[in-house]
Amino acid sequence: MLDRVKLALGRLGHNFIDGVWRVGAMTRFFAQVIAASGTSARRFRLVMREVYFTGVLSLIIIVVSGLFVGMVLGLQGFQTLQRYGAQESIGVLVALSLVRELGPVVAALLFASRAGSAITAEIGLMKATEQLTAMDMMAVSPMSRVIAPRFWAGVISMPVLAAIFSAMGIFGGYLVGVVLIGVDNGAFWSQMQAAVDFRYDVLNGVVKSFVFGIAVTVIATFEGFDAPPTAEGVSGATTRTVVSSALTILALDLVLTAFMLRGDA
Amino acid sequence: MSEAPLVEIDAVQFGYGRSPVLKGISMRIPRGKIVAIMGGSGCGKTTLLRLVSGQLKPTAGSVRLAGETVHELDREGLYRLRRRMSMLFQFGALFTDLSVYDNVAFPLREHTELSEEMVRDLVLLKLEAVGLRGAHNLMPSELSGGMARRVALARAVVMDPMLVLYDEPFAGLDPISMSVVGSLIRRLNDALGATSILVTHDVVESMQIVDYLYFVADGRVVGEGTPDEIRASATPVVHQFVHGETDGPVPFHYPAPDYAGDVGLAAAKEPAHA
Repeated sequence: MLDRVKLALGRLGHNFIDGVWRVGAMTRFFAQVIAASGTSARRFRLVMREVYFTGVLSLIIIVVSGLFVGMVLGLQGFQTLQRYGAQESIGVLVALSLVRELGPVVAALLFASRAGSAITAEIGLMKATEQLTAMDMMAVSPMSRVIAPRFWAGVISMPVLAAIFSAMGIFGGYLVGVVLIGVDNGAFWSQMQAAVDFRYDVLNGVVKSFVFGIAVTVIATFEGFDAPPTAEGVSGATTRTVVSSALTILALDLVLTAFMLRGDA
Repeated sequence: MSEAPLVEIDAVQFGYGRSPVLKGISMRIPRGKIVAIMGGSGCGKTTLLRLVSGQLKPTAGSVRLAGETVHELDREGLYRLRRRMSMLFQFGALFTDLSVYDNVAFPLREHTELSEEMVRDLVLLKLEAVGLRGAHNLMPSELSGGMARRVALARAVVMDPMLVLYDEPFAGLDPISMSVVGSLIRRLNDALGATSILVTHDVVESMQIVDYLYFVADGRVVGEGTPDEIRASATPVVHQFVHGETDGPVPFHYPAPDYAGDVGLAAAKEPAHA
């Protein structure tokens, strides 16, 4: 019995130390990526190429998901609001939910699953097939040539994807609220325009998605770079990217929302 | 006056964790020659290449390349040195998102300011040398193992390096590809005036192209000489390896407890004796 407790405590301690080590290593990695970003600025086409792979190719899932989330918000919101005779406020509900929270958070979760996992798998496989070592042997830093462009591409793509998600969501809410249910078109848009503040709603949403973009791409690139060069190693790293990104996004969202609401009050 | 060797490895020791891999190895690699480092799997041959290229640092001893102590160089110094050397990896390590042409052009585009026309001429020249000019538009996934190795060879020599390191260049190749890669290594080394270090366990092919061999076993150099001297070597481990004998100083079995005990035969016999 005592042995089992000792073993469990030992495992817990090991996992804790490993977790702290990973956070430290990831922070150091982040600093190295920033330091290696000079090449990305000089050769911006490398970043643009990655923007295509991480951003443009994520568009379909972002557009379709945004549309559906907005439509569901419209249906659910209408049902609740009509009890209080406030169904014209459906536009406000959909827009605020999306711009403040759902847009940045859900888009980041989708981005982590679609692009984050792909980044990790690609870098992990490059490592497993000695492509990163080959690059290093050619006196070309993999950090500058492979990691930094992917990082900046993610940071650039994320706010744009979140904005597209929110826009599609609002369009979905419009389709359900105005076209399907028959809420007044003018009331839908004018109430939304009056209630949504650029500084506290839109800009805060952009700040959130920017932070999520940094978090997801740092996690994705780090996990790929740190992956053991085996099939299991790459598969484990890809899973860790999705899980860690999701948890980090939700935790960061709580912290950011707390700060932003305080500013709002 | 004899020229100083390009690579000097002096009493180098290295280990992964607590297990020592190299236990005091010394070698001299003369300029313009092809030198093979041979030995069984896991004897530390690839580790030695990584020490020469500065990917690893020795725990004791020194590796000097072109007069510079490799492990004392900072990153900038190491990169400066690596621009004058190249490495052919065991499976080519071609960039899978780039075409054959772009793979070979990669070092030129990264390190020179040459015009695209000049890059094109140099790339096609090197691809012609390995017989794959016609494949320049293919992607690495469309190449056979032997073709990939030849493209990697073209990429390795595109900057006209002073030193080329080959990590198991013959592994997994059919006999024809093996001969092609072998003769290319010899021809390119002589044409470029380069020096080559070949890590391999392929006895027949490497004996045909190298000038000198070092034989490594148990982390030490156990034999060295020209191919003829190695063929005639009386050192038991060298003799066993060169002639592919199953019986000799290199055991067939990995260290293990008693076989009968492991499969339960010893326990089964006991009651019968009782």
